[in-house]
Amino acid sequence: MAETLEKEIARKKTEPLLSKRRKRFITDPLNDENPVTIQVLGICSALAVTTQLKPTLVMALAVTFVMIFSSLFTSLLRNLIPVRVRIIVQLAIIASFVILVNEVLHAYAFDVYKQLSVFVGLIITNCIVMGRLEAFAMGNKPYDSVLDAFGSAMGYSWIIIAVAFFRELLGSGKLFGFEVFSAIGWETFPTNGLMVTPVGAFIILGLIIWIQRSKSGYVEQH
Amino acid sequence: MQRSNTYIIIFSLALTVILGGLLSLASEGLRPAQKKAEEFAKKRQILSAVLDIKELEDIVAEYNSRISSFIVDANGELVEPTGPTGAMMKAEDVDIEKEFKKSAEERLYPVYRFHSKENPDVTEAYILALYGKGLWNDIWGYIALETDMNTVAGIVFDHKGETAGLGARITEKGVQERYKGKKIFADGGEVLSVNMLKGENNKPEALDDHNINGLSGATITAKGVNYMMIDYLNCYLPLIGKLKDDDAGFVSMLNSKKPM
Repeated sequence: MAETLEKEIARKKTEPLLSKRRKRFITDPLNDENPVTIQVLGICSALAVTTQLKPTLVMALAVTFVMIFSSLFTSLLRNLIPVRVRIIVQLAIIASFVILVNEVLHAYAFDVYKQLSVFVGLIITNCIVMGRLEAFAMGNKPYDSVLDAFGSAMGYSWIIIAVAFFRELLGSGKLFGFEVFSAIGWETFPTNGLMVTPVGAFIILGLIIWIQRSKSGYVEQH
Repeated sequence: MQRSNTYIIIFSLALTVILGGLLSLASEGLRPAQKKAEEFAKKRQILSAVLDIKELEDIVAEYNSRISSFIVDANGELVEPTGPTGAMMKAEDVDIEKEFKKSAEERLYPVYRFHSKENPDVTEAYILALYGKGLWNDIWGYIALETDMNTVAGIVFDHKGETAGLGARITEKGVQERYKGKKIFADGGEVLSVNMLKGENNKPEALDDHNINGLSGATITAKGVNYMMIDYLNCYLPLIGKLKDDDAGFVSMLNSKKPM
């Protein structure tokens, strides 16, 4: 997959901004090539930050920002980056954007910053980010790389938001801190303590993967 | 394409300088906003020991009009230390985490006096800082004592890394409410503090002025909280003794010291 993408297909000069080929950069990672459920990357943060929707949303935004901008810069520099040190250069670029996000959260969203604590910093080690830089941005033009990064970030985001939705709903009976069950008059809703532990995230992630694969027929190659 | 070593070194150096420069610019530029955010969070936490902050419109204004703070040492004497910048430290500047690492005698102890809005000389509660260890990492909080320096007017806890849904429940209002109205001194005068028992469904006869329900599944966090409370209450004991006997005298002494 990555190899076919890396080969620059001979294109007409007037390719529309969102041609069929480019749309696939965005749609593929949402389902068929999902970074979390198919490639099984970024699991650590998918477990760690998904007890509540609000920090999860911020985390998704942070990852999207970091992915888009590090892909853009890597792609702009792709002909200048020496191949022998490319990994460390990619890391430096990612780390810079991650630290930037961390500092901005510290200043303007202190509560979420405290809640996410080390996990914003750990975006640096999120394999999805570096995976896309190495597999795509190093060999493609900036605009395509940005689309590709956006697609993968959305693929990651919808999964963690889905996991957080169920964890917060079943674990604390809330959505974005709003007491859903008491609002509909079900005061005695039994919240499930398992859901707020990482085990709950594994179970929900497993269910999502199950549904996804039974629909797509995807099987791991051995 | 294979590049020369010189190219690689120059490229790496340039990248480092550019990225490093950008990051330090960002860090410097954002520092005032970060300081403000931290200060706001701290003031909100201190106030939440005595007030329902959800009802407050302007937390900073409320804080400034109702809290006056000072610093004491281990003997309960007022101190006026200078901070790293050479300016006089305010109680809000005291980094309790750093102080916690010192020995109890060397620490600075911030005290926040919560007073009536109409008459600043009428104390409603004294808020004291707490710091300790939970199961995974540090825990801290603020305890507010009524002017008898015995009854808990309110308490607030926070933590760095307790288990979500278990130990992290110390931040829940419902858990903190259990402390309200409890006493920290035994009749004889020794510090008993208020302790969380094991589990959440203790028999009513086990619960009294010094014992409250704990946290199911988070006994170690609860023990950490108990230890933190008794540790810091003992550290504040000399001050508590002074305030208990003569709050009015202490307040007028504070006023006389305050630069107008």
